[in-house]
Amino acid sequence: MSKTLFDKVWDSHVVKKIDGGPDVLFIDRHLIHEVTSPVAFLGLKSRGIKVLYPERTFATADHNTPTLNQHLPVEDPLSANQLKALESNSNEYGISHWGLGHQKNGIVHVVGPEYGITQPGATIVCGDSHTSTHGAFGAIAFGIGTSEVEMVLATQCIMQPKPKKMRINVTGTLGFGVTPKDVALFIISQLTTSGATGYFVEYAGEVFEQMSMEGRMTVCNLSIEMGARGGMIAPDETTINYVKGREFSPKGEAWDKALAYYKTLKSDPDAVFDKEYTFDGSQIEPMITYGTNPGMGMGIKKHIPSAEELHTGAATYEKSLNYMGFGEGEEMLGKKVDYVFVGSCTNGRIEDFRAFASLVKGRKKAEGVTVWLVPGSHQVEAKIKEEGLLDIFTEAGFVLRQPGCSACLAMNDDKIPAGKYAVSTSNRNFEGRQGPGARTMLASPLVAAAAAVTGKVTDPRELMMEELVG
Amino acid sequence: MAYDKFTILKSTAVPLPIENVDTDQIIPARFLKATERVGFGDNLFRDWRYNADGSPKKDFVLNNPTYQGKILLGGKNFGSGSSREHAAWAIYDYGFRAVVSSFFADIFRNNCLNIGVLPVQISEAFLDKIFTAVHQNPDAEIEINLPEQSITLLATGEKESFDISSYKKDNMMNGFDDIDYLQNMKTIIQEFATQLPI
Ligand code: SF4
Repeated sequence: MSKTLFDKVWDSHVVKKIDGGPDVLFIDRHLIHEVTSPVAFLGLKSRGIKVLYPERTFATADHNTPTLNQHLPVEDPLSANQLKALESNSNEYGISHWGLGHQKNGIVHVVGPEYGITQPGATIVCGDSHTSTHGAFGAIAFGIGTSEVEMVLATQCIMQPKPKKMRINVTGTLGFGVTPKDVALFIISQLTTSGATGYFVEYAGEVFEQMSMEGRMTVCNLSIEMGARGGMIAPDETTINYVKGREFSPKGEAWDKALAYYKTLKSDPDAVFDKEYTFDGSQIEPMITYGTNPGMGMGIKKHIPSAEELHTGAATYEKSLNYMGFGEGEEMLGKKVDYVFVGSCTNGRIEDFRAFASLVKGRKKAEGVTVWLVPGSHQVEAKIKEEGLLDIFTEAGFVLRQPGCSACLAMNDDKIPAGKYAVSTSNRNFEGRQGPGARTMLASPLVAAAAAVTGKVTDPRELMMEELVG
Repeated sequence: MAYDKFTILKSTAVPLPIENVDTDQIIPARFLKATERVGFGDNLFRDWRYNADGSPKKDFVLNNPTYQGKILLGGKNFGSGSSREHAAWAIYDYGFRAVVSSFFADIFRNNCLNIGVLPVQISEAFLDKIFTAVHQNPDAEIEINLPEQSITLLATGEKESFDISSYKKDNMMNGFDDIDYLQNMKTIIQEFATQLPI
């Protein structure tokens, strides 16, 4: 029977099917961090169980870490305590641990791919919903809760009903100034935040074929924001070139064997999806969100739609726009911006900083805007320096911080103050996500750059045109 | 972690008729710093429930003594967002045993089932009916019958059935969790691990 990419990877990892229940799925790689793992380890301790395959689990500290002065002791005692728990649990159970200050430290979904932990055809889980990022490699990757973290530590398995399958095709070529983030925000705006709930998505079509691994990671990362369990893209030359030679990638004979496996990882031509959408990539514009969920996004030049156009209840819609301080029908262009955040596992990779740099080069940070540039990992930070991007940032008046999740979830000190407006390259504009009362507008690194140098919501294409025209 | 067995729950309900209630509202990230599972109920819906100075917001339903009960009624797409199980813990710890909505986010639903909160998904029409009934009479009782997989508005007898896998239903009724199950098949798992594609 013909299979989809998702079927192939899933079915090859099913240890057992339970009648009237979920599948027992074997997990190849388990990523853990300080926030969702401590209670799981407590559970193991109270049951007196060991970690079954410690070599399949990798720990990094990211959610709670400061992004300045990482060499100093962490000030917040609660955060310090969580970081210490991650370290001591990792040591006790023989799990490799990349804590604060470690050369390989960074956001879990950034370091996984960087070091070749993420591989095509693997099953990958982590107690963070944006685990979907790793699907960019043709892996089945999804976020889990703490009970499940404990389950995977104890048994390397998880119990999940098999999701339905959806394919999203984006055809054609993206326009000038349109990035993978815009593609993702566009798709979510079309499907809504629950449009893919119950599904696992495969992204296909020219737009994704032409996309870099970084871009594919951004798209897969945001799958969860339309409710999907995860998203994936069939591995191709781009994927193989990225994976080859990384620290944890297979080597020698194992690589040849892996390569043969990778090549089988695509949906059969006649495979059937439960749902399928097709969009024309050339119609996508730079996007920005105006509301309090990632589905409330639109082309940057458009006007805020009405509740009816959005198919949202009036009370929910009003609550959202009141929180943002916006009104129906208003333009987003020209709105004041107080903060700009570039970072997170959505847009904290080297390409994102290259894009940001390309636009701020030769310009100056706007007065009154606070800009946080937070690399996704030490490796990204090092590249920013190597490639001379740091000089461009410094010249333009920006400061580079140290790696971590930072203002993506504002667990550390990087909180947007109440009532302030932030253009953020992260993934969630929920009420209070970036700090109590913070007002988030999600956008691409280019839109963030345009806001950083103008102090307001600006179409990056206009600035880019200026450059072209000279 | 062990939780209370769930069979039949008869209770009044607390109505929260908002769509897309996300996990950052259920429990904001800044309250996720504990290394033990205690006290999360105090911060359930923290920013909707309290002002910045810690005083309660009078117009939020959890601060309204009229509405009490072990059932939380939520709008469509309840629990979207993060995978933090803390959201489900906060709901359980506050004293809710079931959440009723017309649609749940995936990970949240799983997390609830793993820790003993029953997610009950019903039609939008029936959900509207329950909201109306509870708003008209906060003492209106609702019965959630897990063995029968039904939810009934007791005042009128109106009833709808809901889905749950027989495996999860069994777990909830007995207070078991998945680890108990998986622990028993360790040898099979270890054998399986030797024949993986990569
Ligand atoms: S950057 Fe944000 S979404 Fe990504 S892992 Fe950190 S908290 Fe989660």
